[in-house]
Amino acid sequence: MHLDAKIPDGPIQEKWDRHRFEMRLVNPANKRRFEVLVIGSGLAGGAAAASLAELGYHVKCFCYQDSARRAHSIAAQGGINAAKNYQNDGDSVWRLFYDTVKGGDYRSREANVYRLAQVSVNIIDQCVAQGVPFAREYGGLLANRSFGGAQVSRTFYARGQTGQQLLLGTYQALSRQIATGQVEMFPRTEMLDVVVSDGRARGIITRDMVTGEIRPWSADAVVLATGGYSNVFFLSTNAKGCNATAIWRAHRRGALFANPCYTQIHPTCIPQHGDYQSKLTLMSESLRNDGRIWVPKDPSESRAATAIPADERDYYLERRYPAFGNLVPRDIASRAAKAVCDEGLGVGHGGRGVYLDFADAIERLGKPAIASKYGNLFEKYERITGENPYEVPMRIYPAPHYTMGGLWVDYNLMTTVEGLYATGEANFSDHGANRLGASALMQGLADGYFVLPYTIGDFLSRHMGEEPLPTDSEPFRAVTAEVDERLQRLLSINGKRTVDSLHRELGQICWEHCGMSRNAGGLRSAIDSIRELRDEYWTNLKVIGSGDELNQSLEKAGRVADYFELAELMCYDALLREESAGTHFREEHRTGEGEALRNDEEFAYVAAWQSTQPGKEPILHREDLDFPNVPLTQRSYK
Amino acid sequence: MRLELRIWRQPRRDADGDFATYHVDASPDMSFLEMLDVLNETLTEAGDDPVAFEHDCREGICGSCSLMINGRAHGPEPGTATCQLHMRKFRDGDVIRIEPWRSAAFPVLKDLVVDRSDFDKIIQAGGYISINTGSAPDANLIPVPKRSADLAMDAAECIGCGACVAQCPNGAAQLFTAAKVSHLALLPQGQAERDQRVLRMVAEMERAFGSCTNYGECEVVCPKGISIEFIARMNRDYLKASLRAGSGRPKGSG
Ligand SMILES: Cc1cc2nc3c(=O)[nH]c(=O)nc-3n(C[C@H](O)[C@H](O)[C@H](O)COP(=O)(O)OP(=O)(O)OC[C@H]3O[C@@H](n4cnc5c(N)ncnc54)[C@H](O)[C@@H]3O)c2cc1C
Ligand code: FES
Repeated sequence: MHLDAKIPDGPIQEKWDRHRFEMRLVNPANKRRFEVLVIGSGLAGGAAAASLAELGYHVKCFCYQDSARRAHSIAAQGGINAAKNYQNDGDSVWRLFYDTVKGGDYRSREANVYRLAQVSVNIIDQCVAQGVPFAREYGGLLANRSFGGAQVSRTFYARGQTGQQLLLGTYQALSRQIATGQVEMFPRTEMLDVVVSDGRARGIITRDMVTGEIRPWSADAVVLATGGYSNVFFLSTNAKGCNATAIWRAHRRGALFANPCYTQIHPTCIPQHGDYQSKLTLMSESLRNDGRIWVPKDPSESRAATAIPADERDYYLERRYPAFGNLVPRDIASRAAKAVCDEGLGVGHGGRGVYLDFADAIERLGKPAIASKYGNLFEKYERITGENPYEVPMRIYPAPHYTMGGLWVDYNLMTTVEGLYATGEANFSDHGANRLGASALMQGLADGYFVLPYTIGDFLSRHMGEEPLPTDSEPFRAVTAEVDERLQRLLSINGKRTVDSLHRELGQICWEHCGMSRNAGGLRSAIDSIRELRDEYWTNLKVIGSGDELNQSLEKAGRVADYFELAELMCYDALLREESAGTHFREEHRTGEGEALRNDEEFAYVAAWQSTQPGKEPILHREDLDFPNVPLTQRSYK
Repeated sequence: MRLELRIWRQPRRDADGDFATYHVDASPDMSFLEMLDVLNETLTEAGDDPVAFEHDCREGICGSCSLMINGRAHGPEPGTATCQLHMRKFRDGDVIRIEPWRSAAFPVLKDLVVDRSDFDKIIQAGGYISINTGSAPDANLIPVPKRSADLAMDAAECIGCGACVAQCPNGAAQLFTAAKVSHLALLPQGQAERDQRVLRMVAEMERAFGSCTNYGECEVVCPKGISIEFIARMNRDYLKASLRAGSGRPKGSG
């Protein structure tokens, strides 16, 4: 299969404008003849559904929560980047583009990233016009902060709830279209498969999560905006319902899956404190602006943190990275925390934690200043841990947070299945091997508001006058039967173990061998263990109840079944990639000082995987990447 | 710690429900929902139907979780959604009664899961600013006084969980509606549709929910501390809008 990314010709600054001009338009009277299914109501899906409806297409939008407003985007805290240069500190579209390509460790597609930086400015305009209450200065203009180690202040924010406010903006735009009937919204409806015939997406199969009804939906195009797959690790910062089912089923039906091993582990999360733990909570990255990270120098240290004198503490980030100190990028901060804990220096439950200490900042700036910056976060920390960070240092540890990998898409955001699109965290396109802080919200909204609504028109215009496949046609009946059969299988195993217990074990395998650091032996053994455990899953699982009722165990069982397959692919991808790039750290490939070592000669490509039968090796396709605009360098934060 | 749980069980929307009693061993570090996870694991292993309850983010922001705990929406800790409540707020031997949101507008779907879709309908009635994608002016064109922006944000923090309705003896949705009306009315961008927005949203609210008689319990249980002052603000807006619309006496919106 030849992977054609369909990148427009011309200088990078002109590609998107040129493409927009060259794409065909659908005339307004014809738009209403087209129906588009949008799966997902997060920033990527909600924005696409609302914008497509405004243009006149008929849209059906689906989500698994009880309301579109609860999509996982709601949980994003820190902010959204845009190259507005309102602070006049030297930012520009070019700089945002450059930072994002470099931050992604040169494993993303330049043309996509440039477009992202370009439309970032429109996003902020759009959101403000919708009534998103971004933080403001006393003069009434928008406030910005620097985030995730960026050297310019380009991050827009709404207290610690930026994702919430952006999503409510999107939800409101969507609600307006629902009121006019242009969008039909189907909450509590889970997509369980996609129908592909003659290489083209024809529709989807869903399950009504209240009645259990299985239903086919036919349309002219299908958009998957279903978010990321960090929950493959069981414990992550993602919402409990986040799942890979939609993209995984699409993969099984022919869509290539790109770079599955690029998973971001966020350095500042509250450490695990028990075996019953159900999720990990992110503490905003902004804490690293004032907090100092350290561990005791002595592995047998038993004193309370505050009783350990300064010269017996190792401020390891400041020591190893004097230029960036506590503000090194996420992947580096995470690996360094793991390294000191592996040496036995970690603190708290199981020795898996490091201190994030505000004592110096409180002394320097005063408690009120710290409270005004981080008060909410401190309260949240105390609520969860019972400890007061004004008095004792926080304990933090890295946790799975975001997945850069996802369905392979071309410049138009179309997967390798015609008429099937993937947007937001569900695709692989813009962040390479490492995502920078405040860039996921930007990408979700860029895809949803400003890219997909145009590119999909070009596709539809080429299929004018074609009728969607009827839902009682053979392809729909076949996939419906498979979906039914699969649910029945899950319900009838009647073994001994719960979904959660098996998912937890799968998560441990992935975390151990395909988490913050990886090696060939570990990955091979992980593939074997995953297969074994998957066999156990399908023979010893216990799901109570039936398919025709609200059944949360059955919902979970289907999602975890897909994670079992995805986990294996993730390990294959990590095994293949004999280099360290961004979040993907192969122990065999590091510099003399232990830092990540890329291999641009052999690995400057996107690994796009084709599905085979489960248990068989997937087939690799490569999209070579080149970097005519951002010269390749080794990242250094020393 | 060992706890006795009395949990509302109801198989379907139209079925009868009742309390069932369970015992569970919990640790003080667990969240309330993790305690229920532990119960559900035990029930499943024993072949019993696990308790259905709504949850997603478990970070107090998505508004999914929705439990009445000992008669109080989201339980005993102020400013805290159920998912952020931890077991250290309880004591060994406690008896805990767990119910779904109780309100005519929120029918039970199963056990502790209710249907809150009438909230979405209130937003659909006008809780937005009509602006099509791509037609916005530069974001800094209209300065917004910091005070207004901050106050708008105070209102916009609502997570739409429905605790306000669940706790209200009348099942009124004033706090939820007022939060959105105020958020948009406080911003210059929200002015063009201000009258029509409040009139339509209040009409939809009154169609589905009870009327407000100023009990004020909504504010007490709101996990985001949304102030009841926003209700007064909405009522003023509603009055002005009704007068301007020449619709005679405003309808009783509290
Ligand atoms: C705690 C946290 C904090 C974050 N903070 C930031 C930040 O400060 N800045 C930043 O840029 N990024 C941040 N991120 C990342 C960012 O929030 C996400 O990457 C982004 O919001 C994803 O948006 P999305 O629209 O692609 O997917 P989501 O918001 O996850 O939406 C997925 C949608 O798909 C639906 N769905 C999923 N599966 C199915 C199915 N099978 N059937 C039907 N519907 C389905 C869901 O119901 C939902 O509506 C953060 C992430 C987390 C976890
Ligand atoms: S689960 Fe999201 S607010 Fe409680």
